[in-house]
Amino acid sequence: MSQDEYRDMFPGHTEFRLPEPAPVRRVNGRRPIPESPEPAPAVGVADSLDVWDQRVAGGLAFLRRRLAGSYEVDEFGFDPELAEAVFHPMLKILYRDWFRTEVLGIENVPLDGGGLVVGNHSGTIALDALMLTVALHDKHPRKRHLRLLGADLVFRMPVMSELARAAGATVACNPDAERLMNSSQLVGVFPEGFKGIGKRFSERYKLQRFGRGGFVSAALRTGTPIVPVAIVGAEEIYPILADLKPLARLLGVPYFPVTPTFPLLGPLGLVPLPSKWLIQFCPPIPTAHLREYADDPLVVYNLADQVRETIQATLHELLEKRPDPFGP
Amino acid sequence: MTSPPSVVVVTGVSRYLGARVAARLAADPKIDRVVGLDPHDPPAGLLGLLDGVERIRADARAATEAIADLGAEAVVHLAVTSVPDAQHGGRAAMKEHNVIGTMQVLAAAQGAPRLRKLVVRSSTAAYGASFRDPAVFTEDTEPRAVPRGAFARDILDIEGYVRGFRRRRPEVAATVLRFAPMISESAETSLTRYFAQPVVPTVLGRDARLQFVHVEDALEILHRSVTEDHPGTFNVAGSGVLMLSQAVRRAGRISLPVPEPALSTGAALLRNLGVEQIGLDQIDLFVHGRVVDTTRLINEFGFTPRTTVAAFEEFIQAHAAGSTLTADRLAAAESAILDAIRRVRAAAEPAPAGSDRA
Repeated sequence: MSQDEYRDMFPGHTEFRLPEPAPVRRVNGRRPIPESPEPAPAVGVADSLDVWDQRVAGGLAFLRRRLAGSYEVDEFGFDPELAEAVFHPMLKILYRDWFRTEVLGIENVPLDGGGLVVGNHSGTIALDALMLTVALHDKHPRKRHLRLLGADLVFRMPVMSELARAAGATVACNPDAERLMNSSQLVGVFPEGFKGIGKRFSERYKLQRFGRGGFVSAALRTGTPIVPVAIVGAEEIYPILADLKPLARLLGVPYFPVTPTFPLLGPLGLVPLPSKWLIQFCPPIPTAHLREYADDPLVVYNLADQVRETIQATLHELLEKRPDPFGP
Repeated sequence: MTSPPSVVVVTGVSRYLGARVAARLAADPKIDRVVGLDPHDPPAGLLGLLDGVERIRADARAATEAIADLGAEAVVHLAVTSVPDAQHGGRAAMKEHNVIGTMQVLAAAQGAPRLRKLVVRSSTAAYGASFRDPAVFTEDTEPRAVPRGAFARDILDIEGYVRGFRRRRPEVAATVLRFAPMISESAETSLTRYFAQPVVPTVLGRDARLQFVHVEDALEILHRSVTEDHPGTFNVAGSGVLMLSQAVRRAGRISLPVPEPALSTGAALLRNLGVEQIGLDQIDLFVHGRVVDTTRLINEFGFTPRTTVAAFEEFIQAHAAGSTLTADRLAAAESAILDAIRRVRAAAEPAPAGSDRA
């Protein structure tokens, strides 16, 4: 008779059961024994070792690729690998920890296909453009890159021009804007330009003139939706108290700002004040049905005005949500 | 589509591109007669190519009669030099050759009764260099300012003459080909010499977007514009972009960034000494970069040149000597460093256990 046959003859009798563990008793108000001893710490150490190994290997591979030149650059000079590995992580510290940026309405940014993101410009140096880029890459489900259109002054300065191009920016001109939109990119533009970032602190959150609306005609010609975006917080980072115009003319820049800390504290004055930032994307304005009006100044002007009004109204809403500029 | 021309006149056959084009046309059975015009004798290296080509040694003025007398049906004007040649009279001779030469060839072509086709070599330098330029030039982009480089100014003059020619002989199919810098395994240009140096001077704080076209693709386009009808102006370049720094790294060379004024002065000094011809054209290219749109070319010719990256890769393969930081060496260094780090960490890990025992 085998073991199995024997067991079948006495169902239930040969079931072997472990004795129940003794009930856990409280001793001096502390748990005497952890109920389930976890081997987690050991695994954690092993994991972290692997993580460090992977990081070192990844970093070395990145360095090797950069030194060997084996990476791709698009025709505008945009280097996605460099942007994702270097620019975004650095800017994200500023974006998350310094400005505590909150992003609203990211669902208004198209999932794919072209889009023209139009924002208000402020903050003495164009930090708002950089934070908008980081916000889109951070919050958008497809991690889209914003292709900024910059003033030609940026592209005149040596080092700066190449950083801007590698980060995806190009000169603000209609051929480039249309080319980017035709290739289904998300284009970012600040129609106020230097009038926006160079305005006094007393003028904060008052939208300046929108130029001739070249951005609207570019969007109309390509049938790209326009997404207005309101950015609150950039006005307080370097409040401009005065503008030294003669010095600006001497240096060949559009304005020379005097802030509470600059040029008084020298390079320390370049540290932005830690204001609280809110970025709100507004519902997109479709333009595909207006293609033939791209050269009609009235349509272009009215649409530019509509975008401007939307941004201005959203700015007021956001300012009510943020009573204290340096709040949490 | 019209039949291929039976008599083709090619100018500038004493130079590499002219000789190659003439040889290719001569090898084409659809073309009866290929005549090469040049004021200079080709060097010995190119003579072998020119076996099937009738050569006429004549300067541009004498060519005027030759083109009409030969009954030319197509003129391929390639006698355009991009760099002053110290042996043939420097910049003054270059301007004479480019501008006056083109004027006379076009005048002759205008007077040739049987002419049906005119193909002129131009360059993407025609777009000039400015900080307000769009990133990508299409054929309709106008230069924003007169460029400071000598070659770019010559190119603008040459294209101006072609515009005049088109007005006066509208029935002639005039093709203007704006070539990106040419590159190949064997061709020698000032740009290939530049990339073949072990240490490559670049402009500090600038990184230009560059495009190249492979010489074989350029030849194919030139050949098709003679045998087929493609009037108009076309950009000829490989699609895609290489940054100057990236190109230097891919070539395994070391770049030496020099401030722009120092580079201009240094280049001028070297030019005066007759050592190397880096002109303002090259410096402008390295500051501004130049990228063109080739959609019109691909649609019209039904031919896609190999990409800039592929063309440059072929060039690197042929010029491996003199490179220091090659991809293989970098990969070896990477694995060596990674191994060293792993070994150090493996050695460091049992240390706590060892300290317990001690």
